[in-house]
Amino acid sequence: MSGTHADEPSVLQHHFDNLGQQFEASTLGMWLFLVTEILFFGGLFTAYMVYRMAYPEAFAEASHHLNIVLGGANTAVLIGSSLTMAMAVYAAQRGQRERQVVFLVLTMVLGMVFLGVKSVEYSHKFAEGLIPGPNFRFEGDAIHSQLFFSLYFVMTGLHALHMIIGIGIMAVLTMMAWKGRYTARYHTPVEVSGLYWHFVDIVWIFLFPLLYLIDRHGAVR
Amino acid sequence: MVNHVTHAESAAGGADPAVHLVPLRVYLAVFTALMVLTALTVWAATVDLGPFNTVVALGIACTKAVLVVLFFMHVRYSTTLTWAVVAGGFFWLLLLLLMTLSDYVTRGPGWLHFG
Repeated sequence: MSGTHADEPSVLQHHFDNLGQQFEASTLGMWLFLVTEILFFGGLFTAYMVYRMAYPEAFAEASHHLNIVLGGANTAVLIGSSLTMAMAVYAAQRGQRERQVVFLVLTMVLGMVFLGVKSVEYSHKFAEGLIPGPNFRFEGDAIHSQLFFSLYFVMTGLHALHMIIGIGIMAVLTMMAWKGRYTARYHTPVEVSGLYWHFVDIVWIFLFPLLYLIDRHGAVR
Repeated sequence: MVNHVTHAESAAGGADPAVHLVPLRVYLAVFTALMVLTALTVWAATVDLGPFNTVVALGIACTKAVLVVLFFMHVRYSTTLTWAVVAGGFFWLLLLLLMTLSDYVTRGPGWLHFG
């Protein structure tokens, strides 16, 4: 079967027995990288957990300054982008070049919508004086609410950086897909980039409830 | 090649990529579930459940993450080795969280003060 495909010698690296083995090795390698990413964000989630337990009132007060509507809408946008990413892989697996390009572009557009909404949220925080530092203005526990906003900006900022890198990867993929580089037999880069994109989605799935939601019912305000 | 046929077994001997073709309806079902769970977690945040607000929010987030990992990230259709790596990653995260917690919550009153 392998000898009948003319494209195979160009996509199969010489150190792999076959495309199946090459695909397994690539996805496993991507997962190993994602494990380091889990622990990278895990450290920040741990810091958030510890400080939130130490200063529950300040964290609850501070979280009331986040916009649930914008955060919730962004969650929906990001889940939508995960669907379009999955559809891009779906199209690649079936060797559908144009559909692949369309879904990759849609994924990028949704990623940019997310970043756009995020920048609106950041600018609100600037306007309200909620940037940690000498100009931080906060009615209440100003010292410990700064901890909340420090963690908020670091965590959402690093998440946004991952999105920006992801959009860059999507741009390269789109170009390659446009040139017809990915076929039903070889589309490993699309699959592997998809894993990265979905991982970034998962990080937000935890950031949204932890930063925006869990203290909203509270008696604080 | 049209339908969802697992090539994982044949991959060892054959040359075909070990790709599982997930049907479209699975992706759409997962997407719908993720959207419903998002709406649910926003609604749950408005109800005062005491300490269980955090438990509910994290439970819903974990459910969503599992759906993404199993279906969008194809782990459900992956090899045992991939399963082990993924499970190991999340297990190490759990260790990080639990061991840090077991330290801080057993320090007694006034356990964390930076001024």
